[in-house]
Amino acid sequence: MRTPSQTVGPFYAIGLCRSRDNELAPDGVELAGTLFDGRGEPVPDGMVEIWDAERRLWGRCGTEPDGDFSFRVPEETEHLEVYVFARGLLRHQWTRAYLREDADDELLSSLQPSERETLVARREAGGMRFDIRMQGDNATVFFAH
Amino acid sequence: MSDPTEVQVDWPDYRSTEWRAPKQPLVTLPEELHRLDGPVFGEDVLAPSDDDLTRQHEGEPLGERILVHGRVVDEDGRPLRGALVEVWQANAAGRYRHEVDRHPAPLDPNFSGAGRCLTDDEGRYSFTTIKPGAYPWGNHPNAWRPAHIHFSLFGRAFEQRLVTQMYFPGDPLFAYDPIFNAVRDPDARGLLVARFDLAATQPDWSLAYEWDVVLRRTPVEDR
Repeated sequence: MRTPSQTVGPFYAIGLCRSRDNELAPDGVELAGTLFDGRGEPVPDGMVEIWDAERRLWGRCGTEPDGDFSFRVPEETEHLEVYVFARGLLRHQWTRAYLREDADDELLSSLQPSERETLVARREAGGMRFDIRMQGDNATVFFAH
Repeated sequence: MSDPTEVQVDWPDYRSTEWRAPKQPLVTLPEELHRLDGPVFGEDVLAPSDDDLTRQHEGEPLGERILVHGRVVDEDGRPLRGALVEVWQANAAGRYRHEVDRHPAPLDPNFSGAGRCLTDDEGRYSFTTIKPGAYPWGNHPNAWRPAHIHFSLFGRAFEQRLVTQMYFPGDPLFAYDPIFNAVRDPDARGLLVARFDLAATQPDWSLAYEWDVVLRRTPVEDR
């Protein structure tokens, strides 16, 4: 039997955000987003971890009071594994961010168009945007794990 | 039906889950997408006294000094070497050094409440700290969290990642805590509770608790 998960709680920053871990590539492109709850409210006490398994680059960013998080990642990144933690989340959730708008692979093509859209970052002034919605009609697709 | 030995993510007794736990069904990915390596950390992420939370300031923190130690293993009992273990906790009075914590209990100028270490070749970790206090929270009238230490762990594989909480044996608040009880299986819940470890106590110095952490099975290529 495995040790069960418990929530990261509201005070995780004292243990997990002691250093700035959100620059995977200092000269890279900005990947920013907002974490939203099911009412469309920003989540001010969430944490996002990303992992580029191919380049072995890892990052972590706690959300700001306005729910925002941001990373700097290599320009050529195709996709990143994303883990979401928060108060109210008893176990972290797994999703994936695709950084090319024309991205297509086996995983993406297995999803409905509306689901697929939630995994593809949008280009915006100064970088890329990847919002995460925990619930609702346009909720981000999360994977069983 | 969800696995009763894993935490129930959609658990209404813990009110914050209502708008945050996903309600849409999770998408099942093909097996090969689950077999990803995870990040590996080295000594460079550690600072002096990271494994001794009682020596991070000029003076000593108030409270009951304890050693917390154990092993990080996978479901097959294989030790996870070099696993990054991060901990954070309230002080002896039940107060976190965090601006959002409004509990009217004193802060301790000699306690930050955060630590880190890497497991050794047998998967062992250990921290010296003080026993955290219970504290009230707004989940329901007169809600109190049982004393706990937050743990964050990285194994070798991406899916071995775990964030959880370690509790102390015999806590009278267990029966009333919706976070602890979101794990429905009593045996699985028991895995969150440390064991008092008389053998590891240091006479005239500190008490000790032992707590092992079991992560998901290690994929063959990461062994």
